Amino acid sequence: MGGTTVALLELGIIFLGLGLLGRIAARMGMSPVPLYLLGGLAFGHGGLIEFGGIAEFGHIASEIGVVLLLLMLGLEYTAKELVTGLGQSWPAGLADLVLSFTPGAVMALMFGWGGVGAMVLGGVTYISSSGIAAKVLTDLGRLGNRETPTVLSILVLEDLAMAVYLPILTAVLAGASFLGGLQAVGISLLVVSAVLLLALRHGHRISSWIHSPDQETFLLRLIGAALLVAGIASTLQVSAAVGSFLLGIAISGSTAENAVRVLEPLRDVFAAMFFVVFGLNTDPATIPPVLGWAVLLALATAATKMATGSWAARRSGIGRWGQLRAGTTLIARGEFSIVIAGLAVASGAIDGQLAALVTAYVMLTAVAGPVVARFAEPLVRRLVREPEIAR
Amino acid sequence: MEETPLPGIGVRRELVLDSGRRVGIVIHRDGETELIVSKLDDPDACLASIPLSVQEAATLGSLLGGPQLVAQLSEEHRELPGIRTMQVPLTRNSPFAGRSLGDAHIRSSTGASIVAIARAGEILPSPAPSEELLAEDVLVIVGTDEGLAAATAILNGS
Repeated sequence: MGGTTVALLELGIIFLGLGLLGRIAARMGMSPVPLYLLGGLAFGHGGLIEFGGIAEFGHIASEIGVVLLLLMLGLEYTAKELVTGLGQSWPAGLADLVLSFTPGAVMALMFGWGGVGAMVLGGVTYISSSGIAAKVLTDLGRLGNRETPTVLSILVLEDLAMAVYLPILTAVLAGASFLGGLQAVGISLLVVSAVLLLALRHGHRISSWIHSPDQETFLLRLIGAALLVAGIASTLQVSAAVGSFLLGIAISGSTAENAVRVLEPLRDVFAAMFFVVFGLNTDPATIPPVLGWAVLLALATAATKMATGSWAARRSGIGRWGQLRAGTTLIARGEFSIVIAGLAVASGAIDGQLAALVTAYVMLTAVAGPVVARFAEPLVRRLVREPEIAR
Repeated sequence: MEETPLPGIGVRRELVLDSGRRVGIVIHRDGETELIVSKLDDPDACLASIPLSVQEAATLGSLLGGPQLVAQLSEEHRELPGIRTMQVPLTRNSPFAGRSLGDAHIRSSTGASIVAIARAGEILPSPAPSEELLAEDVLVIVGTDEGLAAATAILNGS
């Protein structure tokens, strides 16, 4: 069999497997990300069967997956929302950064991964999954709750922080000096501010340039623009992912809504591929030794997220049950923790154990987070004997 | 009314009632609407959040907006004894759903007149005889007690 034939067979099996896993996840009302990682572990190096034929396609497809993930994230927000969010909730955002970045950074130092490792693992534990949080809020009927805007504004700030964090990480992973790192910070802050300003003033122009009444043309222009911007950003050492995130922010209004609709299926395919490839490159045998540490890290960062959420909710005058709900919604980590770890693994600058630790950590929090968000309030109410009154 | 942006999701518009309860809607980016009612013991949380279709939301709006119009008209007719204002919802099985207002001949046979139609959350004042009636319209009718009773019977086919 030729290389292409093998690759087609393997891809077919992988996507069918992912379809099955996605169905199970939907049945259980959970995020499919942990199951995709599990699928990747099963078919990768040291797994049940080793799939070697898709390395080339898997690599480029997962890059595109990251670009599309970030583009869709950018499309979710308007520049105005980001700027207002920054103005109103920066104290909560800062507390979030300090509290949830630290545990990851400390553990990386303990493992002897140095400053670069601390930067990576800190980012992994910092960023909550806005995808999982939004799903939890919708599924539990909490969109009308008063603590919900607080939760959303923290998520907005985290996502915005990624636009500054990812370029710095890219520079650091490439082995930049302290000065080079500072330069990356400067460039990325400048680019982010320029894009936000451009999007606020001329967002409609960028949108109308991309827009086309014909769905096919629209999709091609959108993908073309995203990949081109990602490539340019990558050349400028600003990280491809951030380029597409900023493009997403700049596209606004009805164009953004249409873009979300046409891109969603593509994003699902390529993002699934990204998670699988991350799993493929992780040897399942490396997970058990770090599992205990992953549990410890999950517990510590669940506590810090709960502290952040409750504090931010209290600042907005929310009662104690609302504070509890706000805190638990933030526990789940997901897609972007894997994006960060993926960058680190691809650069080869970090010990292979990191991938195992992050895989276990994300699987734990992504599965447990929504469960805790659902049951924390009824459980605590039972403990303090203050039953919920349904009226 | 309070408006709260929900970044990445949409916007929430709500009203705080005298009882302290919040009642309002969450409008998603894609236009989906949810009716929300907060709890009394925990006003931060919601007792219910009910997804509504565009049509359902509009009908609910007419039902809620109708009484205010009736109260206003009744106030204006207070000087005229024997005249009342009433709102009559057009049921799905009304013989006039989908037909023009003129076909019902309300004025000539009962003496009552249809002064407004509440539809899709909006009020159509002084509808023309050519105006098409739709199921779930709320008709605002002015007339005597007998006239109103007769008009209701004609409109809803009994």
